[in-house]
Amino acid sequence: MRTSNRRRSTLSFLLAAAAALAVVTVVGILLTETAMETDFSRTGLPPSLDALFGTDWMGRDMFARTLSGLSLSIRIGLLTAAISAAVALALGIVSAVCGGLVDAAISWCIDLVMGIPHILLVMLISIACGRGFTGVVMGVALSHWTSLARVVRGEVIQLRQAPYILTAQKLGVSRAGIVRRHLLPHLLPQFLTGLVLLFPHAILHEASVTFLGFGLSSERPAIGAILSESMRYLTTGKWWLALFPGLSLVLVVMLFALLGDRLRRLLDPASVHG
Amino acid sequence: MGRLGHRLRFAGKKLLRMVLLLFGVSAVTFALMAASPLDPLQTNVGQAALGSMSPEQIAQLEAYWGMDVPPLERYLSWLIGALHGDFGTSLLYRQPVLTVIGQRLRSSLWLMLTAWILSGVLGLALGITAGACRDRWPDKLIRGYCFTISSTPAFWLALLLLMIFSVWLGWLPIGLSIPIGMDAASVTLLDRLRHAILPALTLSITGVANIALHTREKTIDVMESDYALFARARGERPLAIAVRHGLWNVALPAITLQFASISEIVGGSVLVEQVFSYPGLGQAAVTAGLGSDLPLLLGITVVTAALVFAGNLAADLLYGAVDPKIRRGAARS
Repeated sequence: MRTSNRRRSTLSFLLAAAAALAVVTVVGILLTETAMETDFSRTGLPPSLDALFGTDWMGRDMFARTLSGLSLSIRIGLLTAAISAAVALALGIVSAVCGGLVDAAISWCIDLVMGIPHILLVMLISIACGRGFTGVVMGVALSHWTSLARVVRGEVIQLRQAPYILTAQKLGVSRAGIVRRHLLPHLLPQFLTGLVLLFPHAILHEASVTFLGFGLSSERPAIGAILSESMRYLTTGKWWLALFPGLSLVLVVMLFALLGDRLRRLLDPASVHG
Repeated sequence: MGRLGHRLRFAGKKLLRMVLLLFGVSAVTFALMAASPLDPLQTNVGQAALGSMSPEQIAQLEAYWGMDVPPLERYLSWLIGALHGDFGTSLLYRQPVLTVIGQRLRSSLWLMLTAWILSGVLGLALGITAGACRDRWPDKLIRGYCFTISSTPAFWLALLLLMIFSVWLGWLPIGLSIPIGMDAASVTLLDRLRHAILPALTLSITGVANIALHTREKTIDVMESDYALFARARGERPLAIAVRHGLWNVALPAITLQFASISEIVGGSVLVEQVFSYPGLGQAAVTAGLGSDLPLLLGITVVTAALVFAGNLAADLLYGAVDPKIRRGAARS
């Protein structure tokens, strides 16, 4: 058996992962200027000590581009996951508390959104918002709330019959009061882990939609745009243009997924026993 | 009457809901496309060409792209047409939408079907293995694989495979469903197969993770049950127990999950087809989206949504057909 405190080691992992992601975000913002710089005296260089990830056909440093792309992805991921989770929480609670017609309507909407493949829906919403930054953010934010909304709704429906909620009702506490004082605090752990576990999906879909050409403009150093450009140079053997940016994206997404998993272990130990 | 009648009523209710959802999907898709500030003339004709045109020509083009009719009117006329089996004409391909979708779906269907079956079978096998060898190296390996794959964007995996097998090793062609510059009639089945290997492989690899992890959980439940303990006491090996006693219990949720995963396979095929320039439905969707081809994108969305809903319906019906407990439970309620 392990003697070290597992809770404490989980917490330190959590902090380390969060710190690493924060560093990537900040460094990426600082490197945005460098990422745009072109230098035609050193185009298409393979990776070396001078340029860790190599350079592209305009002599731009791929390391700087990758980092600033990751930073952009993380920021978009945070924004969209926050919006998505807020929508999920609101709709989930309203659906369960109001019941009846409202519940049926919201459940129908969830089924509807789930019926359209994610990537198509993000594309459609992005088109409706005129593509670009707004398009991507709205697209990802408005298509990822469904499963969390279902979880919240299910949880609240179960909770409605809890003795303390029934007592509060009998004591004459208003619906809004019950939601604020009793439901929200109870939902917080699940909500937070749901929020963090939304990041990986949000980031992956942002990159995918940008890759397809519906997202951020190609001048911006976004990972999706970088990879889409790299496609044109694949046949000439410039493998580093695609390998490193994609690999770093995978690492960031994994870090977020681990973060969410550890957070769940800390906040909701009962659900992950064994 | 009795049980059969109940089953039919259950299926009918689900079917009705599906039809209503399809109406919803078409309305939402249309509204989103109509709300777009993107000017189809700017994207498809170009600013320079527009500048040199006479006002009459521009008006003609606007009529072609349907910009002179209010959205609600257009939607209603589309809906009436669609109910009669006419989904309109694709503006980019200048062919009826259903013809385009039919052609594209045929090449996509092979891809998706292969990936669907392969990922299902492989996922089930990996999940059972991992569950039977819980916390030992096969389990750790499989879990690590699933975790990595679910963090990897499908299009990057496609790029990677393309780099390795087509550019570096030169074993497989770069893309397209047929060799470039070849007559469509002289394309052999082998050619088609060779061009479909990498896209199908990518889709299968990405599809495995979800079902494997789910099956693993279920297998662990089975392995902790009393009858598994009894089997072990009789001297059966863990993997044999998992296959003999676990498979039936695990297959059911796995089938449901597999039918529910159609949406992901379709989504993945959009990305993968784009990388391999495979002329399937997904690629047509991207082309239609970039070129503001409203009828085509609308048609594709409705058709894929119908596929997804049909998958869900099949899962619901299968669940009842395979598991008597659920059948009886549903009959009672």
